[in-house]
Amino acid sequence: MTLDAQSNNFIALADVALHNEDLQHAIGEGTRTAYYRRLDTMFAHSDEHGEFMRQQAAEAKRRALRNLPDLLELAERNLKANGFKVEWAEDAAQANQLVLDIARRHQVQSVAKSKSMLTEELGTNDVLEAAGLRVVETDLGEYIIQLAGETPSHIVGPVMHKTKAEIRDVFVRELGMTPTDNAEEMVAFARKMLREDFLNADMGISGGNFLIAETGSIGLVMNEGNGRMCTSLPRVHVALIGIEKIVDTVEDYATLTQVLPSSSTGQKMTVYTNILNGPARADEADGPEHAYVILVDNGRSDIYATKYAEALSCIRCGACQNACPVYRTMGGHAYGWVYGGPIGAVLTPLFVGLENATPLPHASSLCGSCKQVCPVDIDLPRMLLDLRWDLVREGESKAGWDMAMKLWAVGMTSPTRFSLGGKAARAGQAIMGEYMPGPLGNWSKHRDFPDFAPKPFRQLWGSRRHRPVKERAPTLNPSPPQSPASRGKHPTKREGLK
Amino acid sequence: MALPVRESPVGKRVSLFVTCIVDMIYPNTGMSVVDILEHVGVEVDFPPDQTCCAQPAFNAGYRDEARTVAKHFFKAFKDAEVIVTPSGSCAAMVRHEYPHLFAPEDGEPFQQAQRTASITWEFSEFLVDGLGIANLDLTLPEKQRFAVHDACHGLRGLGLGQASRDLIRHLGNAELAELNECEVCCGFGGLFSVKMPDISNAMLRNKIDNINASPADTIITGDVSCLTQMNGGLSRNKSEKRVFHLADVLAQGLKGGRA
Repeated sequence: MTLDAQSNNFIALADVALHNEDLQHAIGEGTRTAYYRRLDTMFAHSDEHGEFMRQQAAEAKRRALRNLPDLLELAERNLKANGFKVEWAEDAAQANQLVLDIARRHQVQSVAKSKSMLTEELGTNDVLEAAGLRVVETDLGEYIIQLAGETPSHIVGPVMHKTKAEIRDVFVRELGMTPTDNAEEMVAFARKMLREDFLNADMGISGGNFLIAETGSIGLVMNEGNGRMCTSLPRVHVALIGIEKIVDTVEDYATLTQVLPSSSTGQKMTVYTNILNGPARADEADGPEHAYVILVDNGRSDIYATKYAEALSCIRCGACQNACPVYRTMGGHAYGWVYGGPIGAVLTPLFVGLENATPLPHASSLCGSCKQVCPVDIDLPRMLLDLRWDLVREGESKAGWDMAMKLWAVGMTSPTRFSLGGKAARAGQAIMGEYMPGPLGNWSKHRDFPDFAPKPFRQLWGSRRHRPVKERAPTLNPSPPQSPASRGKHPTKREGLK
Repeated sequence: MALPVRESPVGKRVSLFVTCIVDMIYPNTGMSVVDILEHVGVEVDFPPDQTCCAQPAFNAGYRDEARTVAKHFFKAFKDAEVIVTPSGSCAAMVRHEYPHLFAPEDGEPFQQAQRTASITWEFSEFLVDGLGIANLDLTLPEKQRFAVHDACHGLRGLGLGQASRDLIRHLGNAELAELNECEVCCGFGGLFSVKMPDISNAMLRNKIDNINASPADTIITGDVSCLTQMNGGLSRNKSEKRVFHLADVLAQGLKGGRA
């Protein structure tokens, strides 16, 4: 029972966000802060070094995906050798049932959860709560979201859409906090509440940022330490991990744990960088008695078989969301499912079906920022273009557009028809003024439209007097073509480029 | 993706691909491009059969229609030695997307796509990277302060960040100022602007705020489509500032105006 997608309501949901000034302010600031921090960290040594790191990380993930079936088998063997019990789940229902079975087997009543986008996808909390278990999200952002009865709006900063005042109100309303506007006091309050939940939990649930095949370990990164508590304090630890999270070696993990925090929060390293190797050994004082890994497919192997397989490289850093000018205006809820922003616009149709997410491939100006910042170089704009093509081929595009595009192609394959079209447009503009027909009317809703020129260029060209070639000056400073040193340089605020 | 290996365009005749929007709405910008190219001693022709690069259909997902129009483009420019266009977006379409529109088994169109991609240059890129000319030896009639808005496809598709700034730096009486978030999209995005007008407008409002806060009097960009979006919003929101195409700004420096 994968979470239902509301993505076909994208326009209406976006409209809600576009009318919420607090949200726009919070998202605008949160995304920009992370975007500039990423630039500072990722390219701290040099642009070349940052680019090199990206390419290395991309190659590590691509290599892992190429060898996915073999690496999964290797990972299973090595996980078991470390004492993990390994389960496989084909879909959300199976995954959740497995968690429930484990909980019952170990008489679990209370669950402490560290941040996991996969469990959002699976709707795990709802299933556990329906079975009478107490489930507490322990990542501060997720904790607030859970108290507020909402879903994460950002992969890394789930509560990015909320202002400090809104968070205060949630704590006061749901937990009876003494009102304060001091963020440190709010954090201290949440910390005190959560401490009890950690101590009372019988089971900890975590995700896994990476699954290291060669050692059979879970790579887990975090900043609050809550994940370390969830995976070591309770009697039972269950890690739910998507099969695409696999990496080949510890060295690959080292590469990826550099680009992940650099790209998401602009940190060189997260505060906690863990490699989990199973339950507590006989001679170890800490750690869970039982450790489970549930390897979840839930549509991933279907995506693996398509031209969109590379989207499975995603390491959920959120950099594309921070860089996306569309996401920056409205946050992630409008996308209507688990993942927002450019990666969400690609993953959502792949997971829930294109027919259930028809607006998302168009929810982009194709500006290319997402590809530029992606630490594993996923070509998101190309995937959005391919999804648009799929929409047309699967008849999900409106008939009006079909007709308009056919007519357009007829007009554009003849200079005569092209010129006639231009004349008609000019005549139409003279009659209609600012009011334009059909979808073009959407233009004049917010912007003025320029006048069509009385004479098109081709006519001006015909009456232009050209200097004869022999009279022309020779090429100024006709040096050989420069090696374009500027290529790949991105003007940013950071460089103070003028 | 690596750019196709390209021959130097020095000494070759330039076929101007003026683009459909410049042809119908901004013909004077097309004339500015010709003026500047002739100023540096380049022979320019205008293949009369040209229409559009096919980007509207391509971006909308209509690949068959895009292929049809791309084939027309090949025909219109079959004799071109070098193609120059005053648009980073159309140049990126020709350079990056044409080679993807056709497969090797398509035969001739595939070859034509590869060839067309390899000889096409964006205007500022042609001058600075192609000919190696950043100093056009031009001076504006009076002092002006500019800032550059990096149109997305030029910046991230072609890596053009510096070329237009290099040209402006060498332009007499021109000063270059900062524009905050100069690399962020203006919200145009082709059909995006009419399919999702309110989101497009939210992006535009951010751009307008940054333009209004910039010390520059005039914003320069390399794509008239983005220019149309930004000027449409600036005018609707009663801002005094305007966006100009790079070629029009450079052409102001030509003595005696247009030929």
